[in-house]
Amino acid sequence: MAIIVQRPKLKWWEHLYLPGIITGMRVTLGHFFSILSGRTKVTMQYPEEKWDSHLPEHYRGAPALVTDEHGRERCVACQLCEFICPPRAITIKPEEIPSDDKWAKVEKRPRAFDIDMIRCIYCGLCEEVCPEQAIYLRKDYAITGLSRAEMVHDKTKLYEIGGVREGLVNKWNELK
Amino acid sequence: MSEVKTDLVDVEIDGVWYQFPKGMRMIEACRQAGVEVPHYCYHPKLTSPGNCRMCLVEMGMPPRPAPGAEAPAPDENGHLPIAWMPRPVIACANTIGPNMGIRTTGPLTEECRKGVMELLLANHPLDCPICDQAGECSLQEFSVEHGKGESRFRERKVKKPKNVAVGPRIRLDDERCIMCSRCIRFTDEIADDPVLGFTDRGSHTVLTVYPGRELANNYSLNTVDICPVGALTSNDFRFQMRVWFMRETNTIDTNCATGCNITVFARENKIYRITPRQNNEVNSDWMPDSHRLNFHWIESDARLTDPLVKDGDHHRLASWSEAIATAADKLSALDGSEIAVIASARMTNEELLIVNRLVKHLKAGHVDTVARVGEPDGYLISADRNPNTNGVKLVLGLEDPGSQIEAIKAGIEQGRIKAVITLQEDLVDDAGFTPELLGKLDFLLSTYPLANATADASDVVLPGAAWAEKSGTMINATGRLQRLNKAVDAPGQTLEPWEIVRDLIQATGGGNGIYAVTDLFKQLAAEVSEFSGLTWGQIGDLGVPLIETGVTIPLLEREKQRIASGLIVG
Repeated sequence: MAIIVQRPKLKWWEHLYLPGIITGMRVTLGHFFSILSGRTKVTMQYPEEKWDSHLPEHYRGAPALVTDEHGRERCVACQLCEFICPPRAITIKPEEIPSDDKWAKVEKRPRAFDIDMIRCIYCGLCEEVCPEQAIYLRKDYAITGLSRAEMVHDKTKLYEIGGVREGLVNKWNELK
Repeated sequence: MSEVKTDLVDVEIDGVWYQFPKGMRMIEACRQAGVEVPHYCYHPKLTSPGNCRMCLVEMGMPPRPAPGAEAPAPDENGHLPIAWMPRPVIACANTIGPNMGIRTTGPLTEECRKGVMELLLANHPLDCPICDQAGECSLQEFSVEHGKGESRFRERKVKKPKNVAVGPRIRLDDERCIMCSRCIRFTDEIADDPVLGFTDRGSHTVLTVYPGRELANNYSLNTVDICPVGALTSNDFRFQMRVWFMRETNTIDTNCATGCNITVFARENKIYRITPRQNNEVNSDWMPDSHRLNFHWIESDARLTDPLVKDGDHHRLASWSEAIATAADKLSALDGSEIAVIASARMTNEELLIVNRLVKHLKAGHVDTVARVGEPDGYLISADRNPNTNGVKLVLGLEDPGSQIEAIKAGIEQGRIKAVITLQEDLVDDAGFTPELLGKLDFLLSTYPLANATADASDVVLPGAAWAEKSGTMINATGRLQRLNKAVDAPGQTLEPWEIVRDLIQATGGGNGIYAVTDLFKQLAAEVSEFSGLTWGQIGDLGVPLIETGVTIPLLEREKQRIASGLIVG
């Protein structure tokens, strides 16, 4: 269906365009003089200067694994993140926790957990789907490497980025 | 209603009238009417103790008139009005009767299912993230359909034994168990090894194995298949792969002549598990553990991946064309009577057909297959451990497969046989040839998936695909034609055996226009009278009876008796 938009009826002085030009020039010159006098700065000297301190809480950077307050790796290798991952960046190889391990009660953990950061699209579905609250998108955004292999984050790297998260799930507590 | 057979009765299921044989279980009548009744303990191949209470439905019969009152009049279709019972009944153990009404929906059944689900989940550990059953768990499915969504149980959950080894191949988690007793009934009724039972009656009921015994019989892993939850898990498959990742291929087992119907679960070209697939003419719902677990060798480091040609004492990598040409040169120089072809009864009918062509083309004087005989176990395992002996008889035309092997050995010893072509058989380990004997040959060609002593002695070694990597048909002990389907790709340069034989025939001067295994099946249908009129598609997933052999499968015979006596539905 066609929508007919009525043209605005301009006053005679508006037809001269001068008021519009003057308003615009006032904004432009305002910025010009404030930069000239050093009152505003628009260039950030990356990478010496970074946005890190300004990043919002909900910022979606590199996904990483976390351990809980007891040092237990939270991931139980359920592979739901591997399943949900749209670009198939996550590859998990599960294993059984040996019976002499402190956390043998949990029974299962990842033997290998790889995230291919070339494939990752930072969508955050892995964090959303995780039933154990083990994977979080951290604020790391400058993921670089000189080879494809270097761009694959393995378990060690993921725990290094992720660090420790306290609280929330308490499922594997002995006193549950 | 009047024109049908007398043993059929009218039953109203969810407002629609159907006709079913009198005495059928209500749950089966509902299933055939396309109405799903949720259940845990009921299994058509086992007796129905009715202990999970999940299949409760509303039931009604025509009202009995009070003395002196007028009997209710049938409607225009001859159906009497139904008076609904105030309490629900279990659909798995009750049978249908004339003019019966069943309601699987409505407030009463819904309330019952909700209540049963809430009680089953009260003590459930909810460890789906690490549970192997997740994704194929009845508890998960019915919880979504009929559950409350949250628990009102505020007390401590009951602690039960976890991670218990009840047998060499099975781990038990009692907290996940919902006490359906399917495993107990299976070990008692089918496997005749009643070692499982419930102890500590009440909220602390646990499934336990009899003191001093273990669940070790060769059919134990079937309990893992029928467990509706993740209480029983297979050590072999435990934590290997989540079920939703795997691709399922319907195929058949090749460990014995029974040819159990199976499903192969694979992901990214790796087989993770094999489960039996229902075929009431072959293996019912079961399969032996020894056959189920015999697939890890497919991934073995000893797999051959490229054609090899012997140069002096050592083998070197060769291209297919070079290897085939080398073999063709050697074979063309020999007289047919100096060549022996040893095929395998593990080959498909299509492969055997093209082997037959090769034998005729080379005019080979000797042809046989290697026999494998073991003890039948009285359940599913046949004495003949070759999957396609009937195919060898029918397609390759051998009357007594395996009887010529000794003559071939003698022929090699006396120097009458100068070349042997062995296809998918390990002559040293399985047929009793010694490496010294094979050393007397001028030329030995072998195809096999794995490197072995025969390959070591061979002049040309060709990698032939394993059973999971090829398609074809096989004839089982009872004479049923069944289809083997490719589940995973073969490693490296490996070819299917029929392709190798085709190339060999072509290289020695015989032409043929075969491009697919289905082409070979068409030729089978045209050339072998028993196959005439059959098409690849007709065989389907369950196979078709092809020949009469008079062989029966003991487990199926016992199952038929139990069906006849009304113990099970079947």
